[in-house]
Amino acid sequence: MITLSILGLLTLTVAIAAMSLRNLVHCALALTVAFAGLAALYLQLDAQFVGFAQILVYIGAVAILIVFAILLTRGSETPQPSILSPSWLGGIAVAVLVFGVLAMTIVRSSVTGRHLPAAPQISVHQLGEQLMTKYLLPLEVIGLLLTAALIGAVIIAMQEKETK
Amino acid sequence: MDQIFVTSKHWLVGFAPAQCQPIISAIISVVGIILVFAILFAITTILERKGLGRIQNRYGPNRVGPFGILQPVADGIKALIKEDIVPRTADSVVHFLAPLVLVAPVFLALAVVPMGRNMVAIDMDAGVLFFFAVGAATELSVFMAGWSSRNKYSLLGAMRAIAQMISYEVPLILSAVTVIMIAGSLSTVKIIEAQAGYAVGLPRWFVLTPWGLAGFILFMIAAAAESNRSPFDLPEGESEIIAGYYIDYSGFKFALFFLGEYIGMFAVSGLAITLFLGGWHAPFAFLSWIPSYFWFFGKLLALIAVFIWVRGTLPRLRMDQLMNFAWKFMLPMALINLVTAGIWHFLEPGISRWLICSFLVLGPYIMLARGLLQGSNVGKRIYRYAD
Repeated sequence: MITLSILGLLTLTVAIAAMSLRNLVHCALALTVAFAGLAALYLQLDAQFVGFAQILVYIGAVAILIVFAILLTRGSETPQPSILSPSWLGGIAVAVLVFGVLAMTIVRSSVTGRHLPAAPQISVHQLGEQLMTKYLLPLEVIGLLLTAALIGAVIIAMQEKETK
Repeated sequence: MDQIFVTSKHWLVGFAPAQCQPIISAIISVVGIILVFAILFAITTILERKGLGRIQNRYGPNRVGPFGILQPVADGIKALIKEDIVPRTADSVVHFLAPLVLVAPVFLALAVVPMGRNMVAIDMDAGVLFFFAVGAATELSVFMAGWSSRNKYSLLGAMRAIAQMISYEVPLILSAVTVIMIAGSLSTVKIIEAQAGYAVGLPRWFVLTPWGLAGFILFMIAAAAESNRSPFDLPEGESEIIAGYYIDYSGFKFALFFLGEYIGMFAVSGLAITLFLGGWHAPFAFLSWIPSYFWFFGKLLALIAVFIWVRGTLPRLRMDQLMNFAWKFMLPMALINLVTAGIWHFLEPGISRWLICSFLVLGPYIMLARGLLQGSNVGKRIYRYAD
């Protein structure tokens, strides 16, 4: 429980930093740490597969793409003006209002009265078995789609080469 | 003899009180891994410099100690006492963090590589996935180093490195997937178990099948690119961008980059051994009395020797050649290899399976290689000087 709250606090802090830092590259790096914090949270909850996939996909691919896009599009040398604007008071008020309404409805609903089922022990092995039996068709469709996208990207690159 | 390290670790852990035994056991494993691979790093640097010297018709380092074998010690002392220079315009925090972000994950990756029978720091269900997940952080460190130095050359080096690593990670993982498919597990220990035993005097390693051989070669090429080894050392390219992303690092931080690069190479070679070369299994049944860790480190040194040999022999690729090779050759080959492994799994064992799968690998190889060479006149090069 303590580890969980420390990790959650860290992730939140870094996420806020990602939104409010002045240097765009620092924001991107803070965002990466936030991704890592999320992955640590998943691992803390014994969700090995989701945790590692989070690191592999978000840190290994998404963060790198963000960084690459920043480098290619705009000069990262000039610090951007801070995103915090004078109207943030109004923004906070609206956010608190929405949170209050949502919290009230959740507390009043019958969800809180239910008993939680015992946490299931899910290993990567079981996940794989489920993917290969129950969820085979969605998996195949997604796999086909992604492979097609991959090959399509290569083919687009190839055609560009030929027209030169 | 085979279990000497495992039993001595259990013996050491036995002294600790019961509730802190898991932590003590983990610490012993970690210290062992760090020590062994740091020493291996030192040995490899001297071997590499000596080997490259031989290939290039010179002596290599020969001043410190007999035949220069104490050179790593001298290098280490030099790195420690050198001034740590941080450029005035550099982003000091990111500049400081970059080498750490490189070194920590590559050591983590070694945790799932079995180095002998029962010799793995963590045997987790998703071992291979863990390996690739922590490997993803190294790309970020390269970017951090290149960007924070505020130097054109280092930024160029970082961009080259990221483009290269993203491109070669796809064939790297796809060629590893074939083994996962056949072995039916993501756990490194189970993958090695699947390669146990001998058939007709030969070991049942995955490299000795058509798809395994193709996968192994693809994996090693992609591994060389991932660890920025020659001929894929464009990110460093001394003659073009001086030293790429770590120009502005000196002293121990530079040594950390060097260490990270080599440990990364050891880790990925260790995974290649686990996936394709049967891990710690002996190549022949009559040699299995030799301890298992000996075989693992023997194979590791052999792979390192190949890396050094390739570095001394091949010239550096050009950027467009690099990208063409990754996307037009490596990627299609890896996909075809994946299908071949599937067909191999469902065919009856026998000669016909070998013929069909060899054809499935060799046919596309010839066609893709021809396609890659189209438009470029490959022939004997004529030199016009020094007749």
